[in-house]
Formats: sequence, structure tokens, C-alpha cells
Amino acid sequence: MAARRRPAQSLLLHATLLGATLIALFPVLWVLASSFKPANRILSSEIRLVDQPTIQNYTRVLTETALPTWMLNSVIVASMTMLFGVFMSATAGYAMSRFNFPGRRSLMWTFLITQMFPVAVLIVPIYTIMSNLGLINTLTSLVFAYCTVAVPFCAWMLKGYFDTLPRELDEAAALDGLGPFATFWRVILPLARPGLAVTAFYTFITAWGEIAYATAFLQTDDKFTLGYGLQTFVPQFNKQWEYLTPAAILISVPAAIVFLYAQRHLESGLTAGATKG
Amino acid sequence: MSALRTSLSRHWYAWAMVVPVTLVLGVLVLYPLVRGVYISFTDLDESNQRTEICTKTLGGDETCEPNPDRYTFIGLDNYVNIVTGDEFWLLFTNTLVWTVSCVTFHFVIGMGLAVLLNREIRGRSIYRMLLIVPWAVPAFVSAFAWKFMFNEQNGLFNAALTAIGLEPVSWFADRWTSMLTAILTNVWLGVPFMMIALLGGLQSISNDLYEAAELDGAGAWQRFRNVTLPGLQPVSMTVVLLGTIWTFNMFPIIYLVTDGQPAGQTEILVTGAFKAAFEGIRDYSEAAAYGVLILSMLVVFASIYRRVLRRQGEVW
Repeated sequence: MAARRRPAQSLLLHATLLGATLIALFPVLWVLASSFKPANRILSSEIRLVDQPTIQNYTRVLTETALPTWMLNSVIVASMTMLFGVFMSATAGYAMSRFNFPGRRSLMWTFLITQMFPVAVLIVPIYTIMSNLGLINTLTSLVFAYCTVAVPFCAWMLKGYFDTLPRELDEAAALDGLGPFATFWRVILPLARPGLAVTAFYTFITAWGEIAYATAFLQTDDKFTLGYGLQTFVPQFNKQWEYLTPAAILISVPAAIVFLYAQRHLESGLTAGATKG
Repeated sequence: MSALRTSLSRHWYAWAMVVPVTLVLGVLVLYPLVRGVYISFTDLDESNQRTEICTKTLGGDETCEPNPDRYTFIGLDNYVNIVTGDEFWLLFTNTLVWTVSCVTFHFVIGMGLAVLLNREIRGRSIYRMLLIVPWAVPAFVSAFAWKFMFNEQNGLFNAALTAIGLEPVSWFADRWTSMLTAILTNVWLGVPFMMIALLGGLQSISNDLYEAAELDGAGAWQRFRNVTLPGLQPVSMTVVLLGTIWTFNMFPIIYLVTDGQPAGQTEILVTGAFKAAFEGIRDYSEAAAYGVLILSMLVVFASIYRRVLRRQGEVW
């Protein structure tokens, strides 16, 4: 098909994709460019890409604020969410894919319904539970809360992925004397890498960018995650763009690294189950 | 009893595998949900939440007695208040406009890009990678970036409008331009997910189908209509359902970009519920009633949707 495409058509194709790419990158690049502007010029209305560039904003946000601590907290929370999230989604997804156990359908419906109840309204009761468990102002509370957000979708997605792996594998493993858990761990999981990579990406991003729960559960400066910490730069009337822009860039770097690692697998992982139909 | 035992011995490993997730969801979602439904039938707010009042006596002991003004069961009053108030219909219309336009743009743009990316084209993987960037950036960062660009005095959009000789727009002073900023932000955020999911769907459509269609003399549009669209149906169904649910409840974008400006005119149901729960006198019962209303709307939507899917032979 490619050989027969006319040059004009090809040009149009590339122009469209380039345009779309530009739109996709532009806000990020604009923040990036702004983060290198000196504080007093950051809101200048002239559109000038580089205007007296300086890295002062970065050194200031790293030394004068608690950003490094927040960064560490966010890394801890996001990695733990990723770990628990992948574990819970994989086990639940496998069970839903392979076993026709009583309660399977209602579990799948429950997963869908948990996506429907607005987080904003759940926060108050969850806060009460967390404080009864003594978890307020701990990073653990966030890990659990984020798992409830990410796991239902991930379990669904992984169920779809496991559905595409032939059942003969399980049967062969059973003949070799492996129990269900060993089959899952040693046969299925290694084959499901793409699906697991997407789950890891999804859980990480969910935890990395969340603010509502973080705002509700965290109380002291040394426990803040990036999302919450960044809001302290946004008082109602005087936004500190000279802190906000470099912090926004620094926040995106770890997310970008996880993303780079997972992106090869995104398509196959996301839609494996749904395409089988 | 013996039925239970055979059932246990046959299914115990399946149950063991779903126990972790059931436990976490049960404690942190289902219990609050059930409690939320209960609260929505009471008049619980910040002032009457304590069930007993304790006073310290001189000896240092505490005596507690039931709070006479504690919250009580008021039946459907919260719901009646919400549905008969003016605000609800504003929020409801906003939510519909917001959800329908966001999901439509997500789907159409995502589908367009997926079709383009599914061709053999130079630099395909680079395009694909760069086009997913909005998904990889934390949502609140993008929200700040867009608000920054829509800033009235010195935002990029107004600078650009002035540069080409047009009047700058006060984006957040009018209901619809304000809504537009939030919708643009959310469309930008959500297209990559749709694009990647649909691209995965496209890649599973066999090439033979396209070749057969071409042999039958089908043009590009006919191939798209008769091969691509039906082939994508299972994926589209799932992502549109999820996209609708997520957008309906998308809290941070409205909250961070428009914050209801002007004067609460761009509030959607979720942000309205949040304001009821956390601003002024915290009215937990009203917030809960909002939550239950949102949940019921989505349940109705999902079951109609599912029925339509069933009719078309999809079962899940």
C-alpha cells in the first residue's frame, strides 16, 4: 500500500501528524521554555521563546523548597502503588480469566461500579476509615487509596490480556504437576509481560499525578507528595510561576522514564482482550 | 454444608486470588459507598456529626451523653432539594455538554490519529511516542499549563490574538468560553488513551479483509466503513463506556482550570458535590446525595449500553 501512495498524499499525512505532534507537545514545551525565564519576566506578554535564559528557577526550587523530599515521597508512594497494584490486578485478572468461580460476574460488575462513584464524595468516609486505622498523614494511606482507583481498570485490562494466552498452556502445566499458583507464577506471568508493563505504567501514573486524596490525608510538610506540594505554590491570588514551572518539569521526568519503558507495550497490553471478540 | 465444602475445595484458589483486591475494595470503596447511600438520607453536616457530647467533670473523668442535636433520618429530602433547586439543572446540563463533547472529540481525534499511525509511514514510532506525551504528563501539571496559556492578561492565546489584530478574550468571564478552555484541556489530555487503545484494535484486524475489500473494488471510505469500523467495534464499545464514566466524574480539570468561573456557571455534578462537602458549612449529606445521583445515572447508562451490546452479540 505504501508504494502506491502519491507524494501529495504522503505530504498531507505527514503534515497532519506533525501538526498533531506539535499540539501534543506544545503546552509542555511552553512550560519548559517558561521555566528558564527569570522570575520577573515569566509572565511577560511578549511571545519570546528564550528570554534571558537562566537556571535560577531550578536551583531555587530545589534548594529553597521541600521539593526533593516531596519527590522522594512521591517515588515511594508511586512505586508501592505500582507493586501492590500490579500484584492485585494480576491475581484478580487471572482468576477472572481462567476460573468460573461463584461471584466472578458480580466481581466484574463491582469493578465497573467502583469507577462510577465519584472520588470527591468517597473522600469523607475514606478519611474516617483511615483515621480509625491510624493511617492519616502516612504514605501507606495513599498507597491503598490509589490501589482502589487503579486496580479495577487494570484487573479488567489484564483479564483481557490473559484471555488471549491459550488455555492449553495451563492444561500442559497442570499435567506437569504444577498447581494453579505455580502455573500462574511460572508460566502465565512471564508470558504476560506486555500486559504487566501497561499495568505498571497505569498504576504509577495514577499515583504520581493524584491530588485529591493527597490533599485530604496528608497534613505535614515532610509527608507531602509532589501533587500536594505543588499546590502550595498556588495561593489564590499570587501564583508563583517561577516555582511552579520548573517543578512541573521536574515532576514530569520520572513519569516520562516509566512511560518510555512501557510505551512499546501500550497498544497490545491495553486492547488484547477487547479485540479478541 | 457439603455443597459449600465441595464448592470451597473446587474454587478456593480462585477465591484466594481475588481476596486481596476484594478486601481493599470492600473496605475502601464498598463500605464508604454503602455508608454514603445511608448518609444521603440523613441531614448530616459539619455541625451535627457528633453522636454524643462529652464533658470533663472536676475529677478529670469524662461523662458522655447523647447529642440532642445529632443528625437524623430525613428520607428523600436531600434528593428533593437537589432536584428542585436551580443549580442541579445547570450542573446537569454542564455535565452533559462536558461529557458528550469530550468523549466525542476524544474518540474522533483518537480514531483519526490511530488510522494514520496504522499505515506504514516513516517515523511512525517517533510520532506515536510523541503523541502519547499528554498522557504521561501528570494531569494537574497539564491543567496548570493550559490555565497559564489561557491567562487573561499575559496568556499565550490572548497574546496570539492581539498579535493578529483581534481583541483579547476574557476566557473565564463567560460560561461557554470558560467551558471551552476546560474541554480543550481535557480533549488534549484524553486523546492519547483513545488513540493507543484504538491502534491496538486496528492492528488486530486482519490484512486479508482489506485486500479482499480492495479486490471487490471498495474505495478508501468504503473500506473504512465496512472493514475498519466493524473490526474496531469491540474496542470502541469498551473505551467509549470507560471514557464516558471517567469524563462524567473528571474532577481535577474543571476544578483546576475553570474552578466554576464565572460564578459557578461551569461547575459539573462532581465539582458541585465536592463544593457541597468541603466549602462553607460542610454538608456531607447533600454531597452524598449528589454522589448517589451520579452513581445511579451512570448505572442506568451502563446497563442500557450493556443491553445494546448484548443485542449485538457481545457478552461481558
